[in-house]
Amino acid sequence: MASLDTGGGDSGHKKGPGVKKAKKLSTRVDMTPMVDLGFLLITFFIFTSTMSTPTTMALNMPKDEKDPEKQNEAKASGALSVMLGKNDQVYYYEGELAPDASNFKSTNFKGIRDVIIEKKKAVIASHQHNAQCEEIRKRNNGDPNSCRDRDFVVVIKPNEEATYKNTVDALDEMTINGVKRYAIVDIVPVENELIKKTEASGGAR
Amino acid sequence: MTPFVDIAFLILTFFIMATKMKPPEPVEITTPYSVSSKELEQKDALMIEMDKDGRVFFTMNTEKPADNELKYSLIKNLNQARNLGLSEAEMRSFVKNPTVGVPFNKLKPYLATPEEQRKTVKQEGIPVTDSANNELYYWVRDGISVFSGRQINYMIKGDNNSKYPVFKGIIDALRRNDQNKYRLITSPEAVPMGTDLYRTRGASAPTASAD
Repeated sequence: MASLDTGGGDSGHKKGPGVKKAKKLSTRVDMTPMVDLGFLLITFFIFTSTMSTPTTMALNMPKDEKDPEKQNEAKASGALSVMLGKNDQVYYYEGELAPDASNFKSTNFKGIRDVIIEKKKAVIASHQHNAQCEEIRKRNNGDPNSCRDRDFVVVIKPNEEATYKNTVDALDEMTINGVKRYAIVDIVPVENELIKKTEASGGAR
Repeated sequence: MTPFVDIAFLILTFFIMATKMKPPEPVEITTPYSVSSKELEQKDALMIEMDKDGRVFFTMNTEKPADNELKYSLIKNLNQARNLGLSEAEMRSFVKNPTVGVPFNKLKPYLATPEEQRKTVKQEGIPVTDSANNELYYWVRDGISVFSGRQINYMIKGDNNSKYPVFKGIIDALRRNDQNKYRLITSPEAVPMGTDLYRTRGASAPTASAD
């Protein structure tokens, strides 16, 4: 490596007897400490580095509307309520909660995606032609799906045991499945009781 | 050994060039993943962090170092409005390290602690879950007033395991200040295959799907 060719040992001609041999000093540098230090630095940089730059996710909350006249109405047929409980459990029902809670179902984060996709399909399929919708469609260069899912609303209701991760995952699910209208709402006691009951009966299917 | 050492130093140079040092953080926070691809920007921002135990920290970031005086006015305003009794030196120490995770009544002893010993002080977090005593509201309110009409970002950085009520407390504090747009700091994640977003992001040209 960092050594000079000193001309080999035997290549020179023999000196006569009595002539002292010049002591040959090795010109090789011991590299071990440098390599050690190199690896130490590599490990240091690997551990301290932040490889992936963090991203940001926009969250827009609606203005607190106290006047019930101005509050947004959601059609029950297009609504999907998603409740988040502990241990990453997800509960949901479509439309309005039945008095006997027969449409209250439980799933997990893997299952909820299919539920959302199915519901979205169902809402698009049951879409009825109207003038307002046609106008939006024209504005969006005739994209047929741009307004058919207008009635589709997902309401996210985390309970007090849901984690922040669950909330972000649920919001992410909205982006992933192209849900345009969604909201985070406080859970209603009735729903929370149903969650507790399902948890108590070990009912996570 | 020569090629080996060559490669080692090549890797070393790569890491030196490619790394951005982690800024010192008051607490360890593991952010959740999201498919969002918008990168975090350093801007005028009020950053609110929550760790896994539900402790809330408030940080004021200014884009230009020259705006440090804004941090000073923030703590000065709070000092007057809340009767905190902070000394000049204590207020200056906030400007140097504008992250706080203690209730108002513990702010003075916290800021009086020398910088090197701060790490050993256990901060209990700004109270947010009690809506009658949501102290974060005052921090945000004064933050808005010192930025005086400038565009501010509200960054929320939460740990995976922090509970929803804390998050709700933070949102409440912001909403009471009429601020409804936030940015949640997350780690990037790939879009799952076959979903709507995968189709829209993957398609180079918008294709009208069959009805």
